[in-house]
Amino acid sequence: MKTFSYVIKDAVGIHARPAGLLAKLAKEYSSTVTIEKGGKSVNVTKLMMLMGMGIKCGDTVNFTVEGEDEEAAAKAVEEFMQNNL
Amino acid sequence: MRTYQGKGVYGAIAIGRISVFKRQDAKVRRTHVDDASQEIARVEAAKELATQQLQEIYEKALKEVGETHAQIFEVHMMMLEDDDYNDSIRNLIETQSVNAEYAVATTADNFSEMFASMDDAYMQARAADVKDISNRLIACLGGAGNAKDKQTEKMIVCADDLAPSETVSLDKDLVMAFVTAYGSSNSHTAILARNMNIPAVIGVGEEFLKTIADGMQIIVDGYTGEIILEPDEDTVAKMSKKQQDDLRKKALLQELKGKENVTLDGTKVQIFANIGGVSGVGAVLANDAGGIGLFRSEFLYLESEDYPSEEEQFQAYRKVLESMAGKKVIIRTLDIGADKQIDYFKLDKEENPALGFRAIRICLTRPEIFKTQLRALYRASAYGKLGIMFPMITSVSEVKKILEICEEVKAQLREAGVPFDEKAEVGIMIETPAAAVISDLLAPLVNFFSVGTNDLTQYTLAIDRQNAKLEPFCDTHHEAILRLIKMAADNARQHGAWIGICGELAADTSLTETFLRMGIDELSVSAPFVLPLRDTVRKLDLSK
Repeated sequence: MKTFSYVIKDAVGIHARPAGLLAKLAKEYSSTVTIEKGGKSVNVTKLMMLMGMGIKCGDTVNFTVEGEDEEAAAKAVEEFMQNNL
Repeated sequence: MRTYQGKGVYGAIAIGRISVFKRQDAKVRRTHVDDASQEIARVEAAKELATQQLQEIYEKALKEVGETHAQIFEVHMMMLEDDDYNDSIRNLIETQSVNAEYAVATTADNFSEMFASMDDAYMQARAADVKDISNRLIACLGGAGNAKDKQTEKMIVCADDLAPSETVSLDKDLVMAFVTAYGSSNSHTAILARNMNIPAVIGVGEEFLKTIADGMQIIVDGYTGEIILEPDEDTVAKMSKKQQDDLRKKALLQELKGKENVTLDGTKVQIFANIGGVSGVGAVLANDAGGIGLFRSEFLYLESEDYPSEEEQFQAYRKVLESMAGKKVIIRTLDIGADKQIDYFKLDKEENPALGFRAIRICLTRPEIFKTQLRALYRASAYGKLGIMFPMITSVSEVKKILEICEEVKAQLREAGVPFDEKAEVGIMIETPAAAVISDLLAPLVNFFSVGTNDLTQYTLAIDRQNAKLEPFCDTHHEAILRLIKMAADNARQHGAWIGICGELAADTSLTETFLRMGIDELSVSAPFVLPLRDTVRKLDLSK
C-alpha cells in the first residue's frame, strides 16, 4: 500500500475536467486509488462522487493506492496532481 | 413595451425577433418492466448513441470555442461512464422493475441534488451537467436525437435554461443572442456564450417565459442585463444607437487590443485600470489594461456590517490577483474618513473632514485594523503580482512606521510558514502637497509613487471638490499641480522608484504628452478610458 498527501493549488479545486482526467488515469491501473479529505474518502474512478467531495484550493487530500501495480499508479497520480492541481 | 431584468454574461446589444427554444419533452413516465436485462441493454445502446452525439458536439465546440471550453463535453462523456451513475440506473431497473427512462431520470435527480446542495457555486452549477447528459440519454432511449428546428432567419433564442450541449448545438449563424429565465453566470453555458461572442442575458425570471412567443420583437442589452419586449419606436432608435456605438467601440478595441502603449518615437508607458471591487476585473481585462493601478479596498468595509475578517479580505484580494494572472495589481489600503463614512468605525463628527481623521491616519492610530488588512494582502501576494499602496501620506515618519508594521506582519507570516511574495512592492500615494515637496526624502523608502490628482488638486488649490460655486476657480491644469507632479517624478527617477498617476487627470488626454515628458511610467484610468488613452499615446511624438 502506498500513501501520500497533496495540497490543492488550483484556484477552483478539483473541478470537472481534472476530476474526469484523474478518474480516467486511475482506471488505467489495476490498483485501487482512494482519495480522502476530512474523514470522507472515495475511489477516484468514481467521477461524480469525486466531484461531489467539493475539494477546494488549499485543501489537503490523502491518497491511498493499493494493488499489484501500486508503485506505478501512485507515481502517476502524484505526477498528475502536481501538473494539474 | 415591457422590460425585464436579468444578468448580462456577455456585453453586446441585439435587436431582433424571438425564437422560443423547443426541446423534446423530457417528462418521463414510470412504467412496469418485467425483462430487466432488456431494459439494461436499451440503456447501453442509448449510452453508445449519446456518447457518439457528445463526440460530435465536442468536435463542433473545439472548432467554435476552442479546446478549453470544449473539454466540458469530454467530461460529459466521462460522466456517462461513471460507475455510480450507471450502477444506480441498473439497480433501479433491477430492483424496482421500472423502465429505463424512469431509472435515468431518477438517477439524474439524485446526483444533481447532490451537486445542487454543495456550498460552492461552481459545483452547484454542475447539477446542470448531470441533467444535461441524462436528458440526452433519455432522448436517445426514445431512439432520436434532439429535435432540430428548421430556422433560416437570425433570431434571439429564448429558453428556460440552456444546457451547455444545447448552447453549442445552436447554429451560431442563426443566433443573434440568447436569453434564459434561469441559470447562473458560473455555468458553462454562460462561459460558452462569452466565447462565442453572443450577447446573452440569464436569470430573467419566470414571468418572462410566460409572456414570450415566437416572432415577438425583443431587445437584449448584455451590458445592463435589460430585456425589452415589444419596444416602442423611441426605444428601438435609442438602443440602435447604443448598438452602433458599441460596435464602433469594439472595432477600436479590436484594432488596439494587444498593441503596445508606445509613442511614435518609442517612449513606452503602462496603462492600467482603476477598480472599486472584485467585479471590476472583467472590465479591466475586456479593455486590455496592463494591470490594475488602483484597487480601492474600501468596498470591503463599506459593504460590510462589521470589520471584514482577514479571511474575507484575503479571498477578495486573491480572486483579483488570480484573475489578473500575473499582471500587476496595486491595492490601496483602507481610505475612509472625509466623504466616506462607515458606522461601525464610530468616527467622531469633524469640522473639516477633508483635513481630518482619515485613511492612513486611522490605520496608524488603530493598528489592529491595519494589520488585519496587511496580513490579508501579504497572504494574497502569493497568488499574483501585488503592490501595496498607502494613502494620504504627509511625512517620512509615517512611511517609516508603516514599513515597520509591514515587516512585523511579514515576520509573523514567515514564522507561521504562510507563503507570501517577499518581493511584493510597497508604494505611497502622492496626494498632499507635503508628500510632493518632500518626495526626495520619501522615494528612497518605497518602490513606487502614485499621484492621486483629485486630492492633490483640492489640497494644493484649497478648493473643495464638492462645492460647485468654486468651479470657476478650479483649474485642474494649474501650473502648481503640474510642478508638484514633475517634482515627484524627478525624485522618483533619481531614487530608482517608478511613478504612476491614478487620479482623474490620468485620463485627460490633453495632458498625456506633458505626463510622458515628465517621465511618468504608468497611467491608471477607469477601464473604458484605457483604449482611447492608448490611441492618444500611439499618436504622440516626443522627439518633436
